[in-house]
Amino acid sequence: MIEPVLDVRDLRTYLKTPRGTAWAVDGVSFTLASGKTRALVGESGCGKSMVALSIVQLLPEPAGFVDSGQVLLEGNDLLDLTWNEMRAHRGRDLAMIFQEPMTSLNPVFTIGNQVAEAVAAHGGSKSHARRRALELLERVGIEAPERVHGQYPHELSGGMRQRAMIAMALANRPKVLIADEPTTALDVTVQAQILALIREIQDEMGMAVLLITHDLGVVAEMADDVSVMYAGHVVESGPVRAIFHHPQHPYTRDLLESLPSRQSRGRDLAVIEGVVPGATDWPTGCRYASRCRFRVDACEASGPPMIARDAAEVRCIRVDAIAQSEATR
Amino acid sequence: MIRYLARRVLYTIPTLIGVSLLTFLLFFMIFSPETLARRNLSAKNPTPAQIDRWVHEHGYDRPKAVLFKQHMQSMLTFDFGESDKTKDRIMDRIKAGAFPSLELGALTFGFTLLVGLALAIVAAYLRGSYVDAATMGIAVILMSIPIVVYVIGVQYFFGKMLRYGPLAGYAPGPDGLRFMILPVLVAIVSGSGYYVRLYRTFLLDETSQDYVRTARAKGVSERAVLFKHVLKNAMIPVVTTTVAAIPSLVLGNLVLESFFGIPGLGNYLVGAIGTQDFAVVRAMVYLGTLLYVAGLLVTDILYAVLDPRVRLT
Amino acid sequence: MTAGLLLHNAWANAPPVSIAGVLVWIVMRSRREPLWAEAYRRLGRSKRALGAIFVLSLCGGIVFLDSLSWQGSRVEEPKTVVDRLFDRPFERTYSEPMGSATVGEVTPHRLLGKHVFGTDSVGKDVFYKVLKGFRTAFAIGGLACLVAVPIAVTLGLSAGYFGGVIDDVVQYTYTVFGSIPDILLIVALVLMLGQGLSSICLAMGLTSWVGLCRLVRGETLKHRDREYVRSARALGASHGRILVVHILPNLLPVIIISVTLLFSGLALYETILAYLGVGVGSNFGSWGNMIDSARDELTRDPSVWWNLAFSSGALLVMVLSLNVLADALRDAIDPRLRTE
Repeated sequence: MIEPVLDVRDLRTYLKTPRGTAWAVDGVSFTLASGKTRALVGESGCGKSMVALSIVQLLPEPAGFVDSGQVLLEGNDLLDLTWNEMRAHRGRDLAMIFQEPMTSLNPVFTIGNQVAEAVAAHGGSKSHARRRALELLERVGIEAPERVHGQYPHELSGGMRQRAMIAMALANRPKVLIADEPTTALDVTVQAQILALIREIQDEMGMAVLLITHDLGVVAEMADDVSVMYAGHVVESGPVRAIFHHPQHPYTRDLLESLPSRQSRGRDLAVIEGVVPGATDWPTGCRYASRCRFRVDACEASGPPMIARDAAEVRCIRVDAIAQSEATR
Repeated sequence: MIRYLARRVLYTIPTLIGVSLLTFLLFFMIFSPETLARRNLSAKNPTPAQIDRWVHEHGYDRPKAVLFKQHMQSMLTFDFGESDKTKDRIMDRIKAGAFPSLELGALTFGFTLLVGLALAIVAAYLRGSYVDAATMGIAVILMSIPIVVYVIGVQYFFGKMLRYGPLAGYAPGPDGLRFMILPVLVAIVSGSGYYVRLYRTFLLDETSQDYVRTARAKGVSERAVLFKHVLKNAMIPVVTTTVAAIPSLVLGNLVLESFFGIPGLGNYLVGAIGTQDFAVVRAMVYLGTLLYVAGLLVTDILYAVLDPRVRLT
Repeated sequence: MTAGLLLHNAWANAPPVSIAGVLVWIVMRSRREPLWAEAYRRLGRSKRALGAIFVLSLCGGIVFLDSLSWQGSRVEEPKTVVDRLFDRPFERTYSEPMGSATVGEVTPHRLLGKHVFGTDSVGKDVFYKVLKGFRTAFAIGGLACLVAVPIAVTLGLSAGYFGGVIDDVVQYTYTVFGSIPDILLIVALVLMLGQGLSSICLAMGLTSWVGLCRLVRGETLKHRDREYVRSARALGASHGRILVVHILPNLLPVIIISVTLLFSGLALYETILAYLGVGVGSNFGSWGNMIDSARDELTRDPSVWWNLAFSSGALLVMVLSLNVLADALRDAIDPRLRTE
């Protein structure tokens, strides 16, 4: 097996809140292979953004902390590094783009300035940075790079801003691109363009992409592998095709069922009853148990381990029982 | 941008008219000329003849409409007439006192802001450390002490204990700067506390913004994050609130000028207050307002320079 | 004491008692509001805030005690609780804190009573003067706020909510008022109206409303287009109801912080006004007057420091507590922005 370029092992991250310690990421593991895309999918509050921020160590100050685990970038554990050592990776082999391009760009500096800054942060002359900035702006599909170079973020449309963000991320040919909900704030048509752009660049540069999203449509379109997250855990993980056609974890099944589809026209939308438990008091046992159709007493006794089944891994002790009941239907 | 500025300049005109109106109402309409005369005449029970004479001498007996026209005229032409008490022409005294006030004002303003900003940057950079907490604590205490107490304390400390003198006095030119040391020092100690806390808040507000996270994600150094990204954005509220500093210049300087014997406009005003010289007070109110409005205008210009989002409107 | 006198005394004491009662009732009621419960909890966790509140309650207690007064008989002046507890006989002149003889005289005289903080130039007990100063400071702050807050809130709400011409008029008004530097306006007003507590409070109120009005207008603008306002309007609520019942409660935190800071600012201001000679007048015991009269005292031989020290000390304690409280309030309201 080829060595994964990014290997996250049992990552745990917590936030200090007035209500207590919130374990936003509670033992998450996955791998990312070069040239492939993995999606981290889940509802808001499941911890997927926290995973991304933990990898680059840009958790919200002063409350966020990585507790334990390993984040291996080409074999080196990022969590062992000092701030300055980490800084050498950020923006170079490890790049990140964020959800809100309007607030994620500095309003008082030009686009060109900010893209060039991404280049210059890791060495090089100012003029080199400027030239490279123009190249990058063109590469991300901005039509008039000279003009945009001198414009300010508020003068651009949402799509253009996100392209600029991508340009900044690509400045130093990263090995891993982490995209945190890159299209959530954009119109649907622009969404498609941005995703296509990311795909294109990935193919060209052989970049690995970690895509954080709550949109299953985006997952289907972009990802090779997917990790489904719920309440700080990965509940199911595997190739996209397998998960979509044959979801095994009850949450994944419910999630896919709740998507409105052509077939369900005229019928009530399927809804998952209940609410996600609060991050400060995770229940013992399976965290989905309170909302799960297949719950038995053993589910609430202790947290289920990841069980490998067919190409995927599933965090559910009843996975075989569920599969059987499916088969007999 | 030009349009924005033109609009701003034009807007000051109705403001100044409004202020003149307000001062007129204040000074001429509240009391009858007789009451004013009574206030100004030192005799216990002035005779009607004396009252009439004073009123006539100072022109308060003309009809209100005429007074108003005269008032507006004098505001526009800066001809404030004569003081109620002495025979000086007010404008002459203003010209004489302008430079010392400007000198003191510029020095106190500049240093207080600089010290405030420098300490705020240090505190923001070392956020959460003992240095930060100590700075903030000291700042709160220092700004809770009235400037009058500082001034009295300085007099005692330097005058009596160290026997360093002279405390009061003034001389124009670079030689006279030594007279400025104490008042500026007092201004810094009493005034910068407020700014340190304010600017620190601005800096920290910016630090928690998304674009800072993006900059860090690009691998930008912490120093560049603070001094390039955060500082430039924080300058916007800094400049905006600097306007609030201008009136306190007038205020602080009243006390400083009067106490340290600096022959500026503040001192002139304090004297006029003591003798209840309304004509002078009237003129100073207008002048103070004029300076303040000019300051606001400058602030708006700076604001447009610093924040590109404003320029389009 | 006759029945008539009793009634008279009760009548005189009704205002302070009812004010105190209203304040307590407000605090008790708001504890149950979910919005406030959160803020109270956060405040409760900050030791500094609790300290500040404690100190301010003490100040408030002193003021309250100094407002309750009654006459022993028809011919007496009504005396407050503070008067009765802390008034001391007049000495001849200065004396040191806890001293036994006068100071600064050719032949020192024995003191008639014990003076914890010493006595001033006319022999009045400094501790007593300091206590009286609390009431003056609170009166100035309270009355000035009573002038400034209603003006600021009504104008700010109207401007932000209705917009259009009303907004333009209000903006013009506060630009004009705000263009005159505060000190100058206060000085001018006091000169015209004469010295005294009411003219000072009126003057300070008229200068302070501008800042609060801007704030209220800004906040109203923010809230005007929020969902809850739109839904209230869709349900047929009148403008007045929306403003008072829906928008105003959201503005209260900002207003409270501003009032707290206003209080502390005004207390400091009063000293400057006293220095300039446009203060409350020497009839009133105020810290500003004490500090002003202390101007020359330090340079005497031996230097008389206690007048200045204890009045500034009391002022410092009160202003510091107000500032710390304002900080804590701000933190109690804003931290959501930080940790989320």
